[in-house]
Amino acid sequence: MSPLKIKKGSSRHSAYDLRDPNADVIETHTLGVIVDNEAGVLARVIGLFSGRGYNIESLTVAEIDHLGHRSRITIVTTGTPQVIEQIKAQLGRIIPVHEVHDLTVEGPTVERELALFKVAGKGDARIEALRLAEIFRANVVDSTLESFVFEMTGTSEKIDAFAELMRPLGLSDIARTGVAALSRGMA
Amino acid sequence: MTRQMSGARMIVEALKDQGVEVIFGYPGGAVLPIYDEIFQQNDIRHILVRHEQGAVHAAEGYARSTGKPGVVLVTSGPGATNAVTGMTDALMDSIPLVVLTGQVPTFMIGNDAFQEADTVGITRPCTKHNWLVKDTNRLAETIHQAFHIATTGRPGPVLVDIPKDVQFATAAYTGPKAARVSHYQPRLKGDPDRILTLVEMIETAERPIFYTGGGVINSGPRASALLRDLVAATGFPLTSTLMGLGAYPASGKSWLGMLGMHGLVEANLAMHGCDVMINIGARFDDRITGRIADFSPKSRKAHIDIDQSSLNKVVHTEVPILGDVSSVLEDLLAVWKARGSKTNAAAVKKWWMQIEQWKKTRCLAYTASPRIIKPQYALERLQALTAGHDRYITTEVGQHQMWAAQYLGFEAPNRWMTSGGLGTMGYGLPASIGVQIAHPDALVINVAGEASFLMNMQEMGTAVQYRLPVKQFIMNNERLGMVRQWQELLHGERYSQSWSEALPDFVKLAEAFGAKGMQCSDPADLDDAIMEMINHDGPVIFDCLVEKHENCFPMIPSGEPHNKMILSDGMVGGAISESGAVLV
Repeated sequence: MSPLKIKKGSSRHSAYDLRDPNADVIETHTLGVIVDNEAGVLARVIGLFSGRGYNIESLTVAEIDHLGHRSRITIVTTGTPQVIEQIKAQLGRIIPVHEVHDLTVEGPTVERELALFKVAGKGDARIEALRLAEIFRANVVDSTLESFVFEMTGTSEKIDAFAELMRPLGLSDIARTGVAALSRGMA
Repeated sequence: MTRQMSGARMIVEALKDQGVEVIFGYPGGAVLPIYDEIFQQNDIRHILVRHEQGAVHAAEGYARSTGKPGVVLVTSGPGATNAVTGMTDALMDSIPLVVLTGQVPTFMIGNDAFQEADTVGITRPCTKHNWLVKDTNRLAETIHQAFHIATTGRPGPVLVDIPKDVQFATAAYTGPKAARVSHYQPRLKGDPDRILTLVEMIETAERPIFYTGGGVINSGPRASALLRDLVAATGFPLTSTLMGLGAYPASGKSWLGMLGMHGLVEANLAMHGCDVMINIGARFDDRITGRIADFSPKSRKAHIDIDQSSLNKVVHTEVPILGDVSSVLEDLLAVWKARGSKTNAAAVKKWWMQIEQWKKTRCLAYTASPRIIKPQYALERLQALTAGHDRYITTEVGQHQMWAAQYLGFEAPNRWMTSGGLGTMGYGLPASIGVQIAHPDALVINVAGEASFLMNMQEMGTAVQYRLPVKQFIMNNERLGMVRQWQELLHGERYSQSWSEALPDFVKLAEAFGAKGMQCSDPADLDDAIMEMINHDGPVIFDCLVEKHENCFPMIPSGEPHNKMILSDGMVGGAISESGAVLV
């Protein structure tokens, strides 16, 4: 602990970057990577992570500018501060990569994930599932007499929490998009 | 006015517009249209190798000895896969190459067609960038971009995969000026604040050292000239990696010799004991640093590199400077001179006295023999008898390579071509061919081991065909010398598979290829034999029979720091710890 009583390795809520680049604290970072939308670009990014032994917690990709042929890849990754810096530098070296943003250090961010839950059940369990879905502001996007499909958008933690609640109520399938993230404001 | 032409013609035109004079290649089904165009012109010379790996290493030799990109043309499938080792080699050593591969026609891709391989998939991790061109309209532009990317920033190999139907189809040619410039424009100029911090470090340093690498050579002759100015003006000692030999002359006053695993005692101890380390275009490779935790523990470190990912990758540096060596050195010199060209001369003088003490170890001394040629002696004689020549040296990989780095002196950049990062046995012979193509009148010698030489010996055919007087100086110990040395140190002298059984008669082998073969086993005959090799106007295989069990020293055992060097066989016992043994 530093004299400021701020947990070592934290940067998101502090005015100063207190991270020691050589610390062996494992951090989670969300990276926004703007790339040319061309054949093989995703393979280059994934190949970098597998080839150099970096972690991918979540990865999403889609075209964001059709005329400009640009896609945004959002990667949630973990590693020591030195490894995170390496990941950013290595990403920046890939020729079709235009920008690498470390959203975790660049400022406050909005991080959201979309998930679909299929919950099968009858009677009280079915009613309880529907009630919890309302509390979590999940939408029913498909319904049969024996099942629901709920759609929910939120942080990964919220989706984890909802999944835990649905498990005893007949959760049979989950599909998650992975995290999409943007910085807040116009910074 | 647009010029309509076939894709194959377009390739040749684009190469001409890029100033390409020579390409190294091997024909096959998927590149026949390109070879047809090559046949019908005389501006670009095609060198026919005997194996695609040879083509890539030859192009590397050409590139490293000229500073220009090497160009390779091979067919699809096996042609491309055979080129993989060479491209990986070029990626590790930052050598600019443009590799053109044929591909099965676009409508056959994915069908497991004859000689089909997923070339861009296979080569993605071993190129700086690669392209599969599916439209002839994009072909010329892609080739221009390929040259831009191969030669800009940190150089490296790029690959353009061209399906056969794209070679046949017709489209308008795009010239290099009309081609869309890629957004890839690496930053060359270093951060002024950090350069100022480095100047302050230079002004106050008590025990400084310059640690230079291949980046100085890749940055061009201007970088070497600026480095020499800086070293002369400061009087600081300098050591270099294997890749950087020649950027500062071996005869220079500040030269400490190579550093690292087989580096000189004075260079390694100076690295260990310095208070200011200035890394210029090197990358803290594991052969250099030894045990990271004990690497130069008392120094503040600055690092000049064009590749952001090299900064703080292995060793934390206080002053990382992203930029091109020439540009940064120019700014550095200007600022330092403007502030009065100050150094802490008294302290640096004391530092030099310490270094002179270390030099007295005479770590390259060896036990001479009147009967057997010691490999060190062979290289000392080679150095003495060739130093006055316009000389280029290539090597294979192993003990001979380290001895060559220790005992040969390089006075200029681009004169030393060796496989550093990847350590590719079989590199030296084809590389010597590429060098000789670029410098037809120079003395080009491949310092080889007999085992490495066998890996690409088919290229002797290329040397003979093009009348390239490359000298293959094989230091034949009938062993995989470096493997044998490690087995002696690490594996209880159990010499598993590390001898060369059933070797060919190298003299007859040379003659079978139409070259000159020579053999020498007596130290008394060596000078005359080397002179005969040099004076022969044609390719030579020189079979120099050397001491079979000589070890290469000094040596920093795996996992040990710079101040734990082994200097001779007497110090070997228990030198490598259990944790060090797992390291390569």
